[in-house]
Parts: sequence; structure tokens; C-alpha cells
Amino acid sequence: MKFGLVLEEMHRSENDLAHHLLVISERHKVDHEIYHLARDLARWSQQHVRDIAAISKNYGQDLDPEPRGEAGLMETIREKGSEMVGRRPETGMLLLRDLRELYLKACGVSADWELLAQAAQGMKDKDLLGLAEKCHPQTIRQMKWANGKLKESATQILVS
Amino acid sequence: MARIDRIAEPWGTRTPYGSGADWPVRVDTHLAEGVAPEDVDRWVQTASLLHSNGDAMDIAVKDNKIVGVRGRAVDRVNHGRLGPKDLYGWQANASPDRLTKPLIREGGKLVETDWDTAMQRIVDKSKALLAEQGPSAIGFYTTGQLFSEEYYTLGTMAHGGIGTNHVDGNTRLCTATAGEALKESFGCDGQPGSYTDVDHADVIALYGHNVAETQTVLWTRMLDRLAGPNPPKIICVDPRMTPVARAATVHLAPRPGTNVALMNGILHQIITNGWVDQEYIQAHTVGYSELEKEVKNYPPALVAEICGVPAEQISEAASIIGHAERLLSTVLQGFYQSNQATAAAVQVNNVNIIRGMLGKPGCGILQMNGQPTAENTRECGADGDLAAFRNWSNDAHIQDLARVWNIDPMSIPHYSPPTHVMQMMRYAEDGSIRMLWVSGTNPAVSLPELARIRSILEQDRLFLVVQDIFLSETAQLADVVLPAATWGEKTGTFTNVDRTVHLSEKAVDPPGEARPDLEIFIDYAHRMGLQDKDGQPLIKWHDPESAFEAWKECTRGRPCDYTGITYDKLRGGSGIQWPCNEENPDGTERIYADGKFWAHPEYCETYGRDLITGAPVEPTEYKALNPEGKAIIKAAEYMPPHELPSQDFPLQLITGRTLYQFHTRTKTGRAPELQAAAPDVWVELSADDAGAYGIAEGDLAEVETPRGSVRARVRISGIRNGVLFLPFHYGYWDTKGGHQPDGAGRAANELTITDWDAASKQPIFKTAAARITRVSGGDGPSAAPTTTASAPVGGFPEDARTKGIATALADEATGTAGGTR
Repeated sequence: MKFGLVLEEMHRSENDLAHHLLVISERHKVDHEIYHLARDLARWSQQHVRDIAAISKNYGQDLDPEPRGEAGLMETIREKGSEMVGRRPETGMLLLRDLRELYLKACGVSADWELLAQAAQGMKDKDLLGLAEKCHPQTIRQMKWANGKLKESATQILVS
Repeated sequence: MARIDRIAEPWGTRTPYGSGADWPVRVDTHLAEGVAPEDVDRWVQTASLLHSNGDAMDIAVKDNKIVGVRGRAVDRVNHGRLGPKDLYGWQANASPDRLTKPLIREGGKLVETDWDTAMQRIVDKSKALLAEQGPSAIGFYTTGQLFSEEYYTLGTMAHGGIGTNHVDGNTRLCTATAGEALKESFGCDGQPGSYTDVDHADVIALYGHNVAETQTVLWTRMLDRLAGPNPPKIICVDPRMTPVARAATVHLAPRPGTNVALMNGILHQIITNGWVDQEYIQAHTVGYSELEKEVKNYPPALVAEICGVPAEQISEAASIIGHAERLLSTVLQGFYQSNQATAAAVQVNNVNIIRGMLGKPGCGILQMNGQPTAENTRECGADGDLAAFRNWSNDAHIQDLARVWNIDPMSIPHYSPPTHVMQMMRYAEDGSIRMLWVSGTNPAVSLPELARIRSILEQDRLFLVVQDIFLSETAQLADVVLPAATWGEKTGTFTNVDRTVHLSEKAVDPPGEARPDLEIFIDYAHRMGLQDKDGQPLIKWHDPESAFEAWKECTRGRPCDYTGITYDKLRGGSGIQWPCNEENPDGTERIYADGKFWAHPEYCETYGRDLITGAPVEPTEYKALNPEGKAIIKAAEYMPPHELPSQDFPLQLITGRTLYQFHTRTKTGRAPELQAAAPDVWVELSADDAGAYGIAEGDLAEVETPRGSVRARVRISGIRNGVLFLPFHYGYWDTKGGHQPDGAGRAANELTITDWDAASKQPIFKTAAARITRVSGGDGPSAAPTTTASAPVGGFPEDARTKGIATALADEATGTAGGTR
């Protein structure tokens, strides 16, 4: 069944989203709302990774329940780097690029949850559908956050 | 007439009354030494500017000097009573430290100059920045202590003239969450409750609201109910042993940062036990099923774990709230300045909504304000929102505002939410805001993480204008300082927590060349040549009353409708509650009485935000969710604070205020009776923690967080174990450091974290990881007040208890006739 591939892709894309949120958090430490919120929202995706790994056993998959780790040293370097360049205007463009990428990644994950929910209905798997109903709204909130931040930050960065 | 030391007895003498009765009148007076009432030349009407309660009073004037104050018996708010800050605070007006001439920075130093030179310097800089970068280079940061007329002028000038989106008030620090919580639940700002709900309530639940210290006269009203027949039950949520906690039937002292979990636990009990008004929910709300689903996850046993509060206490509190027939809920900084501020405050709204307890006597919500005119900062658009609760994401509202101002709608910035002060600081840090005009506030003491704030404000590339009445810490960093007039020296209106509008009349001339803030703003607008689309001056008014008339027009048909109020109508009698218009010529005691809200998609002030992420809700989404404009029940999951205790920083630090001081003490620190009652910073910890760390009452201790350190004398109080408390009032203007620490830190905000609630953008002052170490012994107890939440526990020398200096005796007259409620 092709469904195993969907789970595998879902697991990969949530891991990727969580990682990207953490990278953004570290890179924009001086933008405090980005720093804190991105970490909060990464936790949602990390939980999704664990949930997907747990349910994948029912479909004969063996996915790693541990979300991809934070690179300790790199994190510190990025945070320090953020503090050093935080008073220069170019970091604004980098923020817009990061938020745009985040928005697109979250859209991708959202589409993946659509696929998974459709499959769950086809297979009449209530647990799987329940998982999609729990996780997908959080993905959409991540998406809206990225879009909202993009909108809110763009004018000052682009016209100053 | 009795004489009483109102420092030792902040709430004065009891005048008990029962449920549904009129609150008796008690007229409080304090005059300068040697002045008798008959010596007074004239009494000039005003209301308090040193807290948000809106206590009406008359200023006593003799030989063109302010010589005292007397409460107004006819006023609905205070029935003649005054709090200690009102009784003694007026003396600051005559302080020799007042700014009397404009200052400009020359060769690194502030030197005296004339108004023309100072204003020209600001205008030249503004014009240069507008030409070079545009309006995004300029920000305005105001206060919660000016008048409506001034805020409206500032908002019009900044939004409609300069065209900047960077406008905020220090209400961001005190009342932003109150406004946001009301917007989230009811689609619009506007206080559902009224102070008269205290007269009727059978349960009063105070959430993070130490009303005894922040609104002393409102607490006096509650104390008089407690002393009378059929007293209400009190529920108190506060990690400190406040006077409210001591009077409470149930006192919940949760771990800082866990308010949402606690509220979800209470809601869980209310819903599980069916203490809800299904009919009301069906008829007047949307979103209930989401709340049901969310709070299922918060049984008392789990909540007890998260909050560190016994499960039985949560159940008991929920049962009392669930059985209340007339429930008054009030909220303040314990929720607003803590983790998940808006989400927690919205859950309080949810309690009243699902119990159908709105708009009836005794059934209300008071999302409190911290400052006297904070409501006006919000209404007039000086907090960045658009004037008269217009919705920045509704094009029809922008068109309408452009009509009022006679300008092109495109000139009003509405492409994104307004820039809140913490973001403005970030823009000043990255160099994209290059001029910041601060009026009536002191960010160099009141914003979090002061070392960072000072480093931003000190930058050469930032042109800083400070308009104030004293050379505050912030003013010392300015490029231009403008001397302002204050309360008693200028005329204007302001509105308190329960929508009561008061007139504050000029009693005496301001000192030296100091000018009313209104005159300063109008002067700037004219010098800048700000125009409407017909080439006429954008600011078409010239004095307080014409400004008020313009503001009234702006409010026509909006929720905060002032069109039925005139200066004359406010003179002589009681304050009036908005909306006041043709339909409600005497004002409106309670809004939402008929289960109708200002939440219709075409009318509402906002479409709301995600309570966790802060992302604005899109108009289409809101219209789908709430097409008929019902109350919106919003659920929220608990998220732990961003900074949790660790091995290095095992305690939690909360900051707050004391009864005797206001804000950064610019006024109260210059009133001898108040300053003597709370002369210096202290740190509170529990007896258990004191034992564990080997610290005694009065010891000098150092409190540290990852951001800095503060030294303070220790008070061992009834605070929750594991929690430290520091009052935030104490900065550096009366120390050798001037605007910064000279050696050890004194300002609590040296320690606080740069983090804010994603929905209201209110900074989080009450959730930081900290440690404490003993520095040296003391030679007696700390000077912290003993009458308040900082009351000592255990043995304490009688003569060290808080009492007034010789001049602190005030008069109390009971049994006099008053006005209507």
C-alpha cells in the first residue's frame, strides 16, 4: 500500500518544519517574539513527529519517535551571530526570507495532513483521522503565524 | 469630622452597607498644614490622576497655589472618598524639581533654551527624516496619564498627519491585555461592568487583582460590603498574601505563569457540574463547544500539579463561582503581566459568559486599568489602535475615519497591526526608527531588561524627544526635553475603568514656561504644516473644549459615544458613563444588558487574534465564525512560561506595585507622606525560603536573573514559597546614578525578561527565573510597608510598623448627603 509513503513523508516534513522553526528562533534571537514563538510552535511539530511515529507501527512502519535534535553548538553560534548583527538593517531581509520559507513549509505540511486525513477516511481508521483532526489545526496556526509575521514585518523592513 | 492617619489606615473608617443598598457617603479631605477649609479661595473640580479608579475630587486653591484636596460626595465613583495617593500626591505639583524651561542637548549636555528653538529642532529633524526615509522613521510613545483631548490630538497628528504606524502608550505595560481580552470576547473594547456591581454581587472573584493597593477606594467599597449585612464571598487568585487574600473565602496562590491552567481547571468544574446557563449560551454566544473540548483536559488533580494549588481549593473556588447568583469578576496585573496574559484574562470573561452573568446588577466583568487615563489612550488611538475603536482591518472604518479627518484613506496607515512599544524599541535598536517622541512616561525605568533599553535610548543615531514634568531617567537621555503642565494646571477629560468620564479643570498656572501637552502637540502639528485634503490645518481645534468637541464627533455612532457629554454637563455633578448620546442622555451604567454585543463584523473593533500565536484573524474567517455579532467564547491551551526555574536560578521573580507609590514615583516620591511610607526598594520572600537561604528580615540581599542584579532589603512576607517579589517603582532619579545604577541595581526591571504576550503585546513582568543571596545583615526590619501585601509574618517590632508622618492626618466626614449612585 502506498500509504506507508504518506506517513514517511509526513514524518519527514513535520521534522523539517520543527527544525526550521528552531533555526529561525536561533537566527533571530534579537527579535524576541520570533525567538520565543518559533520555539513554542516547534514543540507542536515535535509532538506531531512522536504521534506519527507511534501510529505508524499500525502500518508496519518503523519511524523514529525522537524529533530531529537541536544542534547545540550551532544554536549558540547562531544566537551569538544574531546578537552581533542585530543592529544592522540587512538582518531584516533575512527575517523575511526565513518567514517566507516557513510559511511555504507549513503549507506543505498542511497539504500532507489533508492527504493523510483523506486516506484515513478511505481506510475507516478512526485513530488516524483523530490524529489528523488534532494536528492539522495546529499546522494551520503555524502557517497563519508565519503569514501574519510576514505581513507585520514587511513594511518597516522594505521601506525603511 | 474625624482626623485619621491615612498612611496607617489606607482605607479609612468603615461605613457598612448591605446588598443592594446605597454606598454611604464619606468625604475625605486633606489640606496643607495651617490651612482650614474656610481659608480656601476656591475649589476646582477634577478626579484622581494617580490610579485608575477615577475618584472625583476638588482641588483647594489659596493664593493661586494648590493647598489640598477634598473628595466629591456627589460622584458615583467614590461617594466622597479619596485614597492615600490622592490625599497627599498633589504636593508634587509644587516640587522645586519641576521642569520650567525647554532643554536641548548641546555638546553632550542638556542646556536650557526657549520654546522656539526646541520646537524648531524637533520640526527640522522630523522633516529631514520624512524626506529621507518616510513616516516609518518616526515613533510616538505616550502614557496613561494625559487627557482625552491630548491623546486624540496626538493620534490624529501621528496617524492622519505624519502617517506613521508607530504609536503606542505605556498602557501597553498596564492595560493592553484588558483591552485585548475585551476585544477577543466581545469584538470590541468597552467595560461590561460597573463599580455599582460591587453593591449587588454575592460573589466577587479577583484574579491577580490586588485592588486594596491599586484602587484603594474600590476596595473600600468592597470592605464596606464585607462589614455590612449579606456580605459577598471573595475569591482571590494571587501568589502574595494581599489584603484581598486575607479577606477571601478562598485564596488560590498559583505558581507564577500558570493562570491559564488554573482558569481551565475552574472552567472544567463549572462545565462538568452543569453550572452554566445553556439558554444564554445558545442565544448569545459562539464557540462554546471548543471550550468544552479544551477544558476536558484540565481536571483539578492535574491543574493542582501544574499550579501548585490543592485540588480541593480549586473545586471549592469553582463551586462558589458556580453557585453565585450575582458574580462580579475583576482582573489585573497578576494576569495581564504574566505568562499567557490574554488567554488567561479571556477565560475570566468565559466564566461570566457561560454563567450568563453580564449586564445585570452585580453581574459584571471589570478588566481593570492600571493608569488613570488608560481608557482614553485606548479610545483615542494613542495606543496605536484607530480612534473610537475603529477596526484597522475593515476598509469601511478607514474610509469613515478619513471622512472625519478630511484626508485620503491611503494616508492612514492600516496595512498591519499598530507597532507596539517593544517592537518600536526593536526598530530603534535596528536603526529603522530614528526619532522617538516620549510623552509622560519613563521607559528607562518601566520597560523590561533595562540595560538593553538604556543602550537603545542612548544611541547617537536615535533622536529622542521627552515631554515630561520632571527630569526623569528617560528625560536625562533625551536630545530635546519639553516641560509639560500636569493635572491641576490644565483642563481636559478622562475616563476611568468603569467608563465614567470626568472633567479635570485647571486650578493654577503651570510653573515657569511649562505648557499643557495639548498646546505642545498642536504647536508641532502647525509647525509641521500638517494639512487635510483641502489644504486646511489637520488639527482644527485650539483649546481643550474645542478638542473635546472634535473628539465627540469622531465617536459619533461608535461604542464609546461621547456625543451626549459636554464640559458643562460634567461640571458640578457626578461623572458620566459612556456611551452617552441621544438614546442615553445620562450615560449607560451597564453595557451588554440585553445580550447584544458590539461584535458584528461590520461594527466590531477587531476580528481578534489567535490567543497563542497572536496571528490576526482574517476578516472572512471572523465573518464565518460570528456573522451575527455574538459574544465569542475562545478556549486556550496552557503553555508553560518561556523562562522556567533552573539549577542556577531556582526561584521565580514577580514584580509589582505598592499602595503608596505610583509608576516610577515621579510624583509620589515627591510627596513626603507617601515617600516616607515606602521609601526604598525591598525584596519579599517567604519564611520557608528565608530559612532555606539563611536570610533574615532587614538583611541586604542580591537578586539576580540572567539579565542583571538588584540589591534590596529583605521583607519576609506571606508570599508563596519559591517566589520573590520586587516593587518596580524605584529607579535612579533620586540616586547618584541619575538615570542608571551607580553600583548595585535598584530598578526591578534590571531583571525582567524581554518577552510579551503574543496577543496583547503586553510585556511579561511576572515570570522570570531568579536567585537570591544574602549580602549583609541589617540594622532592623526593611522599610517595606506593613499595611499591605508586604506585611511581615512572624514577630515584628510594633514601632517599625507603617504609620504616617506628622502631616499625614486627614479629615473624614460621614453622614453627609451625597449624590445618586
